[in-house]
Amino acid sequence: MESLIKIQNLSVGYDKLPVLKNVNFEIFEQDFIGVIGPNGGGKTTLLKAILGLLNPIEGKIDFRKDMVGRKKSIGYLPQVRHIDRKFPITVFDVVRSGSLMSGRVNKKTSNIKQKVEELLAEMGVFNIRNKAIGELSGGQMQRVFLCRALLSDPKVLILDEPDTFVDNRFEGELYEKLRILNHEIAIILVSHDIGTISSYVKTIACVNGNLHYHPSSSITQDQLDGYNCPIQIITHGEIPHTVLKHHH
Amino acid sequence: MDTILELFAYDFFKKAFLAAVFASISCGIIGSYIVSKRIVFISGGITHASFGGIGLAFFLGFNPLLGAVLFAIMSALGIQFFTKVAEIREDSSIAIWWSLGMALGIIFIFLTPGYTPNLMSYLFGNILTVTVSELWWMFILNVVIIAFFSLFFRKILYIAFDEEFARAAGLRVSLFNSLTMVLIALTVVLNIRVVGIILILSLLTIPQATANLYTKDFKKLLILSSVFAFIGTISGLFISYFLDIPSGAAIIFTLVIIFGVLRLAKYFIK
Repeated sequence: MESLIKIQNLSVGYDKLPVLKNVNFEIFEQDFIGVIGPNGGGKTTLLKAILGLLNPIEGKIDFRKDMVGRKKSIGYLPQVRHIDRKFPITVFDVVRSGSLMSGRVNKKTSNIKQKVEELLAEMGVFNIRNKAIGELSGGQMQRVFLCRALLSDPKVLILDEPDTFVDNRFEGELYEKLRILNHEIAIILVSHDIGTISSYVKTIACVNGNLHYHPSSSITQDQLDGYNCPIQIITHGEIPHTVLKHHH
Repeated sequence: MDTILELFAYDFFKKAFLAAVFASISCGIIGSYIVSKRIVFISGGITHASFGGIGLAFFLGFNPLLGAVLFAIMSALGIQFFTKVAEIREDSSIAIWWSLGMALGIIFIFLTPGYTPNLMSYLFGNILTVTVSELWWMFILNVVIIAFFSLFFRKILYIAFDEEFARAAGLRVSLFNSLTMVLIALTVVLNIRVVGIILILSLLTIPQATANLYTKDFKKLLILSSVFAFIGTISGLFISYFLDIPSGAAIIFTLVIIFGVLRLAKYFIK
């Protein structure tokens, strides 16, 4: 199977100073990758490189043929804390701005509007579509931005810490939603909460200056130490030091 | 009412009325953009820096508005250069250009032989002395702004709201930002005659604050800000005429009163 995104020998950073070095990594269809690592380790830098916001210092990122061109095929949910909540924009327009990713901004047609409304309804935020984004709760914000990310029918969905400022109830709902979306969309999820995501993601990537791919969602503290990934695993299960899949 | 209508018989008043209409539309739209994107301070820097160009024009004897445009665009670029290339903090870069422009203006005017009678009208504005050629320039600016915002409305909105997302989508964000910066510079300079360099920020922010009381929708904000700007400017113009006080100051005062009254009304009616 050909990978959707293939990262080869990538070094990337700011002002020629690499934050990430020598990253080799492939993303395939139906992947659900949890990206973990300490603050400043380069998680967001990796996302920015994939999104084309940062140019590689070395190496390259290749996209599968049907992913390049005008249609980007990437859905992106940024950290909500970077959003200006006082900006005069309605929920509907925020979601509609997702049309940028498919390069069809000016298509006035009812198609886009209808699609926006369908997504809003699907995420349970249709009734607040005319509200200003400043009036929303954390959970509502996430849902609205997830709608925006999905509007362009992406093949890869990138989420940067979607669990910040969100209550536990919505967090569970969000991950359930992602599990369903994952049937058709590959997902890259950055999180600081490895305990929660490990029951949803299929594989884990530890990012700390470089990237270690762990082809399973169960990971032990020893393995993390081996990857030079200094984060603490907090478990509430019976087996300390190990995060396991929930048993359903 | 009759006295108000009689005023329109005067040529200078017709021109002032047109100037108010043009200023309200351009400042209403550009101001909404500035306020939403939180670049009021940059706009203040550009405005004040343009005074250097006015001084230079007096000194060398060419059209002051041309000098102002030159300095406004130069300072807009200069602020970006200082921030990005010379790595000076953005607010400091703005302050440097802000004061440098004012200082150059004062030096040039000091060096200019003779008396400079129009100086006050550039600093504080005098809508009653707007010339026909200035009106034409304001009209053209309005056409350009309305066309630009109609054609690229969605892109402008999305870039202003979430620049990173727009960049990720491959939009030419820097180009759009430079174009809007030029429009800001032109808006500021061509409206200097209405309220003056020192007071122009008011037309770019107060009507927007008032409109923001009633809408959080960007498109409605553009329109409503222009409406409030017009109400404030035209009432200020009448007040200035009947009380015989400077028009620029009267307009600002009216804008603030309108905002204050409506803000309080919203508080009490809620």
